[in-house]
This record gives sequence, C-alpha cells and structure tokens, in this order.
Amino acid sequence: MTQTKTGAIGAHNAKVMNRFALTKRVVDKLKREEAVVAGIGNANFDLWACGQRPQNFYMLGSMGLAIPIALGVAIAQPLRHVIALEGDGSLLMQLGCLTTVAMRAPKNLTMIVWDNGIYQITGGQPTSSASTADLVAISRGAGIANAAWAADEDEFDRLVAAALNDGGPSLIVARIDDKPAVATTDRDPVRIRANFMHGLGVRG
Amino acid sequence: MPDNSTQAAAWHETVLATLKSNDVKLITYVPDRVLTPLIKALHAEPFFTTFATTREEEAIGILTGAWMGGMRGALLMQTSGFATIPNVLASLVVPCQIPALLFVSERGTLGEFNLGQAMVCKTMRPVLDALGVEHHTITRQDELAFILDRSIKQAVATQAPVTFILSPLLTGGKVFAQ
Repeated sequence: MTQTKTGAIGAHNAKVMNRFALTKRVVDKLKREEAVVAGIGNANFDLWACGQRPQNFYMLGSMGLAIPIALGVAIAQPLRHVIALEGDGSLLMQLGCLTTVAMRAPKNLTMIVWDNGIYQITGGQPTSSASTADLVAISRGAGIANAAWAADEDEFDRLVAAALNDGGPSLIVARIDDKPAVATTDRDPVRIRANFMHGLGVRG
Repeated sequence: MPDNSTQAAAWHETVLATLKSNDVKLITYVPDRVLTPLIKALHAEPFFTTFATTREEEAIGILTGAWMGGMRGALLMQTSGFATIPNVLASLVVPCQIPALLFVSERGTLGEFNLGQAMVCKTMRPVLDALGVEHHTITRQDELAFILDRSIKQAVATQAPVTFILSPLLTGGKVFAQ
C-alpha cells in the first residue's frame, strides 16, 4: 500500500490509534445516559468490552446500519444524545445515510467512524478508505459540516466532548490499528434489544 | 376508527387516517409514483415526521432505532425496493422483534410493462413467507381500514413486522407509459 491516504485531506497527519482505547474514552465521557449504537463486528465487540451499559445497542447483523439506527433513536428521543460507532467498511456500504442525516440535521447525533482501511473481520481486505476515499471529505460533501479527523487521542477527546454538547450532527473519523476487538458480544438479539429499550425508558 | 364515513375516502386518505389513529408518527419512504398522493398528504400533515431515505434498508434501520426509542414508524416503497431488504429483515427486524410497518406499492403484476419489476414481484411473497413475516395483499378499499388497523395493532402487540402489499386493484397501479 504505497499510496496510503493519498486522497485523504488531513488523514495523512492523523495518528493511528486503537479502537478499544478510543471506545473507552468515549464511554468514560457519558454522564447523561447517552445511547450508543455500535455497528456489526469489532465496533460493537469493543463497546461490549467497555462494559454493558443499558443504553448500548449491539448490532449482530445488518451491516452499514449503525448510523440509520442511531438516527432513528435520535428522532424518537430528541432530548437524549445518541452516538453511532461504525467501521469504515460498514459506512462505505451505506454512504447515502450521511445525506439523510445532514438533511434531518439532528443536534443530538454524533457519528464516530473507526478507519483501519481494512475489512478486518473478513480477512483484512483493503477498503477504499485505505487508498483513495476520504471519509471526512465524503461526509462534508454529504452535508455534514461538522466532520473532522482526530489527529491524536487528545484531539479525539476534544472532538467527542464538543459533539456531546448537542451541536450536531457531528462526525469524527479516527485512524485505528488492526488489533482485534478485546471481547465478543453475547449473541442474543432479543435480549440486546430489550435491554436497550429498558435503558431508554421505553416499554418494549 | 374505521366507520362508514371512510367508505368513500380515497385509499391514501384511509392509509393516512389509520396511521394517525394508531400513533404511527415516523414515515420514511423511497419514492414511488403510485404512492405520491399519500406521500404528499403525509408531508402536509404535521402530526407525521415524513422524509425520504436513499435506500429502503436505511429506512428500516431508522424505523428500528425509532421503535426502540418509543416511536412507531412505517416505510413506503415499491416492489423493487422490497427486493433490497431481505438482509435487514433477516438480520435485524425479525431477530430483534421489531414491529416495522412495511407498505409496498405493488408493481410487476396486472399490466406491468417493466420486465425487471415483473421478475422481482415474483420473489416478494416467497421471501416474506420464508422469513415468517405476515403480509396482506390489499385489493379493496372497503377492507383497507380493517386490515391496516387490526394488523398495526397486532404488529405492536406481538412485536412482529407486517407487510401491506397495495395491489393495483386498490391504487390503480402504474399504467404503461404512452
């Protein structure tokens, strides 16, 4: 991969960080029962590994839908902040949703994208974000003005803290390494859904 | 709810009234010519939050999130759009028991002119049957309110999705471009 990040604006300066460590930084900031929707695979495995908050939703299928699901929660509960954690491959599968988010413009939605440039869970095949696609530029083009690369952990913290202030929709992309998730989510969709609804104060 | 006064209503007026009376507030759609009067009326009624999505599966993600957040929602699409959602039905809606309300404007039958629509129409009911998703093909205005109202209540009560296939016999369908 000699041409890594040639198409990315700002990405070439971004430090390669670790998904579990950054997920922990996000969870540690949550003080208002914020909802977190984590995409299929490592995004939700590392969220699970950070502790099973009742306001966490773990996706076991439907690749690409973390942001749409989070948007739905944000529409239904405008007073609750909602965070989507999604991988680069998953986001690339459903780029159109960024245009929908921009059009609806929910102030209470934060999207965090883990960009390791690979379809990690299927064998490490390269995504287009490894070479030519710039996920921040795509997001801005979709109408998400508040989209940024996280240069390092400190800037990631600042961006997340600002996003949680209900000034969204915000999108943060972090370059991450290829370390596997540190745990695996229990595969029980009904329990995951019921716990999440209970955590949101909704009778299922 | 359904009474004699709705007998003379247009199909799309009955759909709107039944959604409203069942507190279905979130309406997502991927556009369709036949559904246009319904979509216009939904946009005009502030009770509803109505917007287009770029793909049908995206809309189902939104409906799922909204349901878990306490808001009922529906998706309006055409037959070809249905063909894009078996994955999200099988891996999210059915296993998580989400009462998604799916409205399909039926293309591919009773005078279809587009081969693609005709082929995809044949896959719709077998896919729904394979997934165990209840579906009703609605052909008559005098049965519309009853089917919708009872089925929406059942979907919520049993936490199960339901599909309403709106036949050209009900809507008039899309006629061959002259």
